[in-house]
Amino acid sequence: MAEFLQFTFSGVTVGAIYALVALGFAIIYNASQIINFAQGEFVMLGGMATVVLAAAGLPLPVAIVGAVAIAVAVGLLLERGAVEPARHASVVTLIIITIGASIFLRGVAQVLFGKDFHRLPAFSGDAPIVVGGAMLLPQTLWVLGVTALVVVLLHGFFTRTLFGKAMLATAHNPLAAALVGIDTRRMLAVSFGLAAGLGAIAGILIAPITLTAYDVGIMLGLKGFAAAILGGLGSFPGAIVGGLLLGLAEALTAGYVSSAYKDAIAFVAILAVLFVRPSGLLSLGRSERV
Amino acid sequence: MLLELDNVAGRYGRNAVLHGVSAAVGAGELVALVGSNGAGKTTLLRVISGVGPASTGRIRFAGHDIARLAPDRRVRLGIAQVPEGRQVFAPQSVDDNLRLGGFTRPRRALGPELERIYALLPALAARRRQLAGTLSGGEQQMLAIGRALMAAPKLLLLDEPSLGLAPLVVAAVFRLIADLKRAGTTILLVEQNAQAALAIADRGYVIETGRLVLEDTGTALLANPRVREAYLGV
Repeated sequence: MAEFLQFTFSGVTVGAIYALVALGFAIIYNASQIINFAQGEFVMLGGMATVVLAAAGLPLPVAIVGAVAIAVAVGLLLERGAVEPARHASVVTLIIITIGASIFLRGVAQVLFGKDFHRLPAFSGDAPIVVGGAMLLPQTLWVLGVTALVVVLLHGFFTRTLFGKAMLATAHNPLAAALVGIDTRRMLAVSFGLAAGLGAIAGILIAPITLTAYDVGIMLGLKGFAAAILGGLGSFPGAIVGGLLLGLAEALTAGYVSSAYKDAIAFVAILAVLFVRPSGLLSLGRSERV
Repeated sequence: MLLELDNVAGRYGRNAVLHGVSAAVGAGELVALVGSNGAGKTTLLRVISGVGPASTGRIRFAGHDIARLAPDRRVRLGIAQVPEGRQVFAPQSVDDNLRLGGFTRPRRALGPELERIYALLPALAARRRQLAGTLSGGEQQMLAIGRALMAAPKLLLLDEPSLGLAPLVVAAVFRLIADLKRAGTTILLVEQNAQAALAIADRGYVIETGRLVLEDTGTALLANPRVREAYLGV
């Protein structure tokens, strides 16, 4: 039982991270139908920028805020510099642009930060808390708490503010959104900024647990993508459920079967969903776009 | 004139859909634009709102040259459109749809404006929290009109507001349009239902394959043999 609890803790922790990354995919997909394969690089940027800023002597909270700001700025620049100029191109072209952007960002990170793994100190120490015979790291509580807070804030943004509602409206019907006076191009930029911020937060939260390096974005991005597909691409609740399910499945497989199969789970999950229920577990049943 | 089009042409890719359209709408006027399917009515409205195909020619609105302005800037100047097929934000509530209609206005103006719209369209007031996608076709049309009115437009563009609605609902929609005109709203109404549109219009234009071919008062166009034969099925 303690063993099961231990696997569950680690599954939920990493699942929350996948959920944040998946939310980033969902936000950009809703705004533009683009699958942003640079999402993982935002995760990497968050962790790496925090490490660098903290090493430069900034207090950890300041370094964290600075790193999120850097990632948001990179997200906005990516939209303005690479996506916006190709706005009239097909979605496939835009997706390929994001793949190019992810390779570029990873390359720049490798030059700037080197190839070494970097460690970020846990936010409030490493002394584990024992719960039901299982070890719970304080950082796990940070991951779950911050993720829950981000989800609540995001929900409030999309359901309580007119600007958030305008983003949803633009996603659903860009023509009608333009006709009520919403600047639809600005909404796309905001969605990239928001997704970059979410990715960066995920990367910062997980860095004390798993270490970080210039290329952690590849795997975390793919896992987040798998979570988004699993839950139903474009669905916010789906992204959260998909992330948690994927994290749990990985942790239980690693624990009870073999950790060699851990990374395969995400891809098995994608295949299973595409065969059985291609629209995802919590698909939106989107109406036709005009 | 509030809106003046001077030699406006538009194209989708290599297909020209509007050829040198010149027209005008005066403040307080209700102008009908009638024509058959594919004549370019919707394209003309989209060009005026700035969401249509690339266009050439001059478009002046309330003294501004708007031909190069982004769609949101045109809404801020006072042009609101009720698009063909209603295009409500289906997954969002009636209340949210209306508030989004006032997106370009100061937030504090929205509350009072909302109550004014609900008083004008009582059928919507009972359904504030309901998702727009679950409304009937007629209610969605009223919502689309209410959403456009939330922008407090100087010019209201209506694209086929009677399309696909039951006869009783069509009558209610035309009554509402006539009421709006009496209240002083300037309206450019695009309709395939030429009879109903010309009956309430001050003036009308007839469009055929991207060209304006007739212009007269609504009454005169209703009596015009060419219009009667082609559009009124007489």
